[in-house]
Amino acid sequence: MNEKTHTPQPAGCEGCPMHHTANLLRLGVDMQDWDYLVTLAGNPNTGKSTVFNALTGLRQHTGNWPGKTVTRAEGGFEYADTRFKLVDLPGTYSLLSTTLDEEIARDFILFGQPDVTIVVVDATRLERNLNLVLQVLEITDRAVLCLNLMDEAERHHLKVDERRLARDLGIPVVPTSARYGRGMDELVKAVHDVATGKVRPKARRVQTLPSDLERATLKLERRVQAAYPDLPNARWVALRLLDGDERIQEAIREGDLGDLSRGEPLEDAMPRETASEVA
Amino acid sequence: MDSTPNNVENLLTEAQSLRWDVGGNIHEQLVEAIYTDAARIADRAVQRPDTPERFDLDRTIDRLVTSRLWGFPIMALLFTLIFWLTISGANVPSGWLATLLLDKLYPVLKAGAAAISMPWWLDGLLIDGMYLATAWVISVMLPPMAIFFPLFTLLEDFGYLPRLAFNLDRVFKGAGAHGKQALTMMMGFGCNAAGVVATRIIDSPRERLIAIITNNFALCNGRWPTQILVATIFIGALVPPYLAGFVSAMSVVAIAMLGVLLTFVVSWALSRTVLRGEASTFSLELPPYRPPRVLQTIYTSLIDRTLYVLWRAIVFAMPAGAIIWLISNVQAGGVSIAEHLIDFLNPFGLLLGLNGVILVAYIVAIPANEIVIPTVLMLTVLTSGLTGFGEGAGVMFELDSTADTFAILQSGGWTLLTGVNLMLFSLIHNPCSTTIYTIYKETGSVKWTTISALLPVVMGLVVTFFTAQIWTLFTG
Repeated sequence: MNEKTHTPQPAGCEGCPMHHTANLLRLGVDMQDWDYLVTLAGNPNTGKSTVFNALTGLRQHTGNWPGKTVTRAEGGFEYADTRFKLVDLPGTYSLLSTTLDEEIARDFILFGQPDVTIVVVDATRLERNLNLVLQVLEITDRAVLCLNLMDEAERHHLKVDERRLARDLGIPVVPTSARYGRGMDELVKAVHDVATGKVRPKARRVQTLPSDLERATLKLERRVQAAYPDLPNARWVALRLLDGDERIQEAIREGDLGDLSRGEPLEDAMPRETASEVA
Repeated sequence: MDSTPNNVENLLTEAQSLRWDVGGNIHEQLVEAIYTDAARIADRAVQRPDTPERFDLDRTIDRLVTSRLWGFPIMALLFTLIFWLTISGANVPSGWLATLLLDKLYPVLKAGAAAISMPWWLDGLLIDGMYLATAWVISVMLPPMAIFFPLFTLLEDFGYLPRLAFNLDRVFKGAGAHGKQALTMMMGFGCNAAGVVATRIIDSPRERLIAIITNNFALCNGRWPTQILVATIFIGALVPPYLAGFVSAMSVVAIAMLGVLLTFVVSWALSRTVLRGEASTFSLELPPYRPPRVLQTIYTSLIDRTLYVLWRAIVFAMPAGAIIWLISNVQAGGVSIAEHLIDFLNPFGLLLGLNGVILVAYIVAIPANEIVIPTVLMLTVLTSGLTGFGEGAGVMFELDSTADTFAILQSGGWTLLTGVNLMLFSLIHNPCSTTIYTIYKETGSVKWTTISALLPVVMGLVVTFFTAQIWTLFTG
């Protein structure tokens, strides 16, 4: 597991949900009866749907993303008297380019601010899958890596050092074989720990940018941070702006990014019922 | 809070200027940094088995088909094989269908019409016009499509196409287009309408438009018969008989290759002018090779592709047949409308190294490229006053021997230049109306549909004009 960082938080409380209720309503997710929002990201062919089914069982239904013809599955699960809503994102290889699926996944993590993002990866194709993981970690710290298809990795005599991986990525890593239900309890516990603030991941940021780009990113990151003091991913926003991302430029002009930074009124952000239990 | 509108614009302006300072392709630098990080982390975390690498068939095939040295020769070989199978395999069933629909069914229909004493004009319009045009499209189009599409789908199913896209990605990216355009271009070799539908796999609208506009430069099935016939008559005749088949086949391949070249050139030009932008990066997963499911593949490709495309062609061929019959039979001042049109367009056609007949045939054949050659022959017979061929004015027909066709064309004043330019114009002209309609359905834009239709025809006119002028310069 990941080392826990117990730095005192200036604002908010340890166990308070992060998710952005108003934005989520716009994204078609109603958090009325749920404590925390968990979302499931991952490459295609990693067994993401199997993980989704294993977590939710029969508590799931499908619909469309609002205004899009891409289907979305959502469901829920409970752990330690806490109710988690689970939203399955489209399977994508990255969050950088222009496809509709990638845009949906990216917008959901950015504007929905899920309390935990589970990234499902194929343990036998770790390198390729880590590309998406690193991009998710640029947007949010609150992630758990689900190292799936461990049974296949064993069959190919691959050994994956999950402790090392957890240290390098700065997030909890749980080896699973969702097909056989293995590791699901540990996954749920890790999700719970991150959601409730028991574990505070400190995600790795991409480190090998060319020096010119790194300098420009740093400079712009400070400007973004100054404009939006509470934004958790100023560096990522800076990178997107440098890349000429029109969606982010628009989000800045329209004030969507400002909404995220400002957060929500406290009474809205408090979890219903279970806030006291968890905290 | 510092995010007032003014500050927001400042932030965006600063981002823009930093973007210029950094220079280079930021997107690629970023993607590369992510890949490097991912590789490092994975390398530290994963311990591979100590046993030496076992022989891996998939990887060996992959190395071969995506190698810089062998990738393109293997691709050329595979596609030559598919085209050869399509061209040679389609002749026999095409002959059967033609015999059935034209030799057997046509007289029965005529006799039936006579038995119920149908007026001559209705009988002509329905049977000589609409029925024959449809029969022609079916007998010419159905067999090659029924061979090409399943073969293509089998290749797709086997897992070759992602490798192909991998090979071509670099070239298309250099042209500012999407690597997946390689796949849609391949579909276009079967049918441009299907190729345009296939561009749905390209997510970025800019790159998708480039793929749609340039798809027409992939020589489609409807144009192969024209190319092959004209090449056999005019190019094959230039060399000794034992070389004729090979040389004419090579000239058709050369035309197809010219189409590929034009695809790159026009994509490049578009991405630097009206469709400016950066080529988007995409991860292409090379799936494991799988044994194709032969029967299922044949079934679905017949239903999804062959019949779909054929149906659209038929829908457009029927009214075209009616128009051909009408302009050949409705007279003004003792001469049919077709002849008026031909006389009017002839000077213009000659300037392009073509002639009036060919231009009229292309206008009439906008609905389906398949009917160009029959229309050309029919109109030539009509204007040169030859007798003893075909059934009468406005009846589309095809001659059994290329010698007969040659005789007709020579009497119509055709030369080698006419043949060469017809092949060029057949490659570079507006898409058929089925494709135009499909482009409109896919883009939903009148503007882009118009551009897709007019750009190639203008290019074709320019190319044939200069070919003709240079030709006459050298031959006097």
